[in-house]
Amino acid sequence: MLFEQILFFVAAIGVLAGALGVVLLRNPFYSVLSLIGHLVSLAILFLLLRSEFLAAAQIVVYAGAIMVLYLFVTAYVGGAAPTSWRGGEAGAVGQLGVIMAGALFVVISLAVLGSSLDALDTRGAELEPGFGSPGEIGQLLLKKFLIPFEAASFLLLVAAVCAVVLARRRRGLEEGGV
Amino acid sequence: MSPADYGWLVLGFPLLGTLVLAFGWRWLGGRRAGWIGSASILASFISALGALQQLQDRPEEERHIESSLFDYADTVGVSVELGILVDPLSVLMMLVVSGVSFLIHLYSVAYMAGDRGYVRFFAYLNFFVFSMLLLVLAGNLVLLTVGWAFVGAASYLLISFWYRRETATQAGIKAFVMNVIGDVGLVVGAFLLFSGTESLDYAGVFEGAHLMKDGELTAACICLLVGAFAKSAQIPLHTWLPDAMEGPTPVSALIHAATMVTAGVYLIARTHPLFELAPTAADVAAIIGTLTLVVAATTALVVTDLKRVIAYSTMSQIGYMVLGVSAFAYGAGLFHLMTHAFFKALLFMGAGSVIAAMGGIQSLDRMGGFRRAMPFTFVTFTIGALALAGFPLLSGFFSKDEIIAFTLNRGGFYAVLGVIAYVAALITAFYAFRMVFRVFFGEPVEEARELKGGHLAHHDPANPMTGEPEDTDVGFPGPEHHIAEREWPMKAAMAPLALLSIVGGVMGIPGVTDTLEHFLEPAFEGSEHLGAHPSESDEHLGLAIGGVISLTGIAIAWALYLVRPTTTLRLRDYRLRAVHDFLAHKWYFDELYDVAFVRPAAACGRFGRTVIESVFVQDVIVGGSTAVVRAGSSLARGLQTGYLRSYAALLVTGLAGLALYFLITSS
Amino acid sequence: MDVVWFVVLSALIFAIGAAGVMTRRSPLVILLCTELMLNACNLALLAFARMHGSGDGQIFALIVMVVAACEVVIGLGLIVAIYRKRMAIDVDKLSELRG
Repeated sequence: MLFEQILFFVAAIGVLAGALGVVLLRNPFYSVLSLIGHLVSLAILFLLLRSEFLAAAQIVVYAGAIMVLYLFVTAYVGGAAPTSWRGGEAGAVGQLGVIMAGALFVVISLAVLGSSLDALDTRGAELEPGFGSPGEIGQLLLKKFLIPFEAASFLLLVAAVCAVVLARRRRGLEEGGV
Repeated sequence: MSPADYGWLVLGFPLLGTLVLAFGWRWLGGRRAGWIGSASILASFISALGALQQLQDRPEEERHIESSLFDYADTVGVSVELGILVDPLSVLMMLVVSGVSFLIHLYSVAYMAGDRGYVRFFAYLNFFVFSMLLLVLAGNLVLLTVGWAFVGAASYLLISFWYRRETATQAGIKAFVMNVIGDVGLVVGAFLLFSGTESLDYAGVFEGAHLMKDGELTAACICLLVGAFAKSAQIPLHTWLPDAMEGPTPVSALIHAATMVTAGVYLIARTHPLFELAPTAADVAAIIGTLTLVVAATTALVVTDLKRVIAYSTMSQIGYMVLGVSAFAYGAGLFHLMTHAFFKALLFMGAGSVIAAMGGIQSLDRMGGFRRAMPFTFVTFTIGALALAGFPLLSGFFSKDEIIAFTLNRGGFYAVLGVIAYVAALITAFYAFRMVFRVFFGEPVEEARELKGGHLAHHDPANPMTGEPEDTDVGFPGPEHHIAEREWPMKAAMAPLALLSIVGGVMGIPGVTDTLEHFLEPAFEGSEHLGAHPSESDEHLGLAIGGVISLTGIAIAWALYLVRPTTTLRLRDYRLRAVHDFLAHKWYFDELYDVAFVRPAAACGRFGRTVIESVFVQDVIVGGSTAVVRAGSSLARGLQTGYLRSYAALLVTGLAGLALYFLITSS
Repeated sequence: MDVVWFVVLSALIFAIGAAGVMTRRSPLVILLCTELMLNACNLALLAFARMHGSGDGQIFALIVMVVAACEVVIGLGLIVAIYRKRMAIDVDKLSELRG
């Protein structure tokens, strides 16, 4: 129990630090790295919630593949001078944005803390063995959630095609064409 | 074939003619359209003869046949059929309308040749005849109103036939507006009758009228009178008739002499049970009729346009007819309707011939001495004028004096009206021969001399009233002028009318024949005034007085125009100058209406335009609503900044707001 | 730990991500903040899955991850295309769709 709590707080600090790093750091490269740290801490939190498969997927897919994509693009693009978040044509909005986000947090917290869901104050229901394991996930994916599964794979196909279309160079068109 | 079947044929032929001419105009060149139009009316006339014959075969009690094509409307309380009524009254009107119309069509075949709108003219004429026949054959108030309105429309179309002439279109509008006032009166009268008797066909209305209250019935009759006066050009709705002379002369002959203007008289005769039950309305009609008699006769003394003299004469003679039928002398009134149709149409035809000889000029001041150059026209015109003046033994003599005898016989203030009518008869005789002497006697004018030499005069085309130059393309009169001496259709049309003007009186010689009155009796049975006949000796006395008056009038005209020709000019310019001005301005009716109605209406229109439309509608309503929309949309446009960050901020704000809302409502 | 801690933490991360989206000017960083928000949702989903003891929430979170991946692909493709056209990588300058 105690170990869990300590682990929770450590992982929570990691998560928050990573999130704040993404938002506050000037250099986009550093932001990407900060997000990777955030993702790993999040994986620990997933483990605390007994979702082993998802924790692994988080590390492999998210921190592994998606973040690598980000790194590539940042290397390609982010070499330009980093832009300050102050000023710009919509400067006033940016300053207001923090307040908006704060308000959002307050409201959601109120909703959660003040809700009449008793189960929120417990550690959760009794768990069957195999909860969160790959086998369980597989069963669910292929039986109960087959259609979302297939739809998701279709979505991936569309995204792949779209990426190819967006990124190809078109020969024969003038510089103005995309 | 029953009379009703013939009745439907009478209606069908002109309608067919109209449709053929209207849709087949492309293939009807030359005078073909004229012959087709005339043929359809001839067929209609023959069917009318058939109806007459069938009707007379039946015993007297059965001479009232109704026939309907289908139920026009059959709802709660209202049951109207598309039905006609064939009885002696409608058969008489049918014969007169179709007969005279046929002769006028024949006349127009030659008269209107060369006009670019020739086919359109005959289509309109056929349509008019159809409408008029529909009016007289209608068996209920609804169909009567339909025919009434169609006739008004046809009149408008024909008056403004030469539509590029501004005076003609203005005259057409004037006629139509006044006719519409009459239409409103007719419809309101029909409403009142319906509300009182729950019925719209003649039989039902006449029965139910006995149960209506006096005031209601009188009001309904006066509304009907408004309609009758508008159509028959009686005071106060008479100012359109002289202006209607802007239409071609055959139109004036047909519509404004023989048929349409008699529709008011027909209406009063047809609804006679109502007028007998509401004698106040009949008295009003009689007074107005006499008033019109006098006003029109005096005006005809001074106007100088040939067609307008004849128009005022029509107004005056219809005053006689109105006086006759409202004094309940139905036979006499309708007899005069018939004879008047003959000689008035003849007079107009003759006038058309003279105007053609003058090359389009209509002013009496420029005419003179056509006697030897146009013998046929001279003879027929004089016959018409003699009939109009009531020359002894001609048709007008018997019919006009019979009316006056009836009114004198009724006594009371009708006797006064009768005396006034005699005075007007004197004036009538005078102005009839004023026309004859000024046009055909005296020094021949230049056009007459040219014609004697065999050459028809020609002037540059111009508006006869204002003198504005015109051309001869479509919308204006054609370049050719046709006189009776040279065109056989015109002679063929004028000759029968001249004959009928002479011998037409045979049908109503009191004491001897009385054919017309006996013929009409079944239509007027139930009228208590049928027997109120002046005695034979009274009638003969009336005839004698009438004859003397007409001869006196002709003699005075002879003296003033032929024996001492400059007398009238001296009278006009010196001794009777004020009187002449008053009469020449047509008793100032037009000026009165201008001040009383036209100017206020124009002022209202101006007010409406400047205040209501410009300020209120344009600026406030239209401008205001667009300004509000613009303001609102510019507010909304403010949100579309193009900056991603502001859009994101809006999103988050909205999300927070929604969450807050659900939080509050669910707790 | 009680489930409620996880949910509140997820709300906090979501708010930080939203603040980042509204504040930063580089589209790349904005996409990163969007990722933050998506992950916060994942955390909340898994917390509720744990609360109910069923695996439905986990499947949901897995699909969310798939969607995030697709969205990243397209977003980064856009950024690359913008960079290739020599336009500024600054969200405030890319405002041609203003009304």
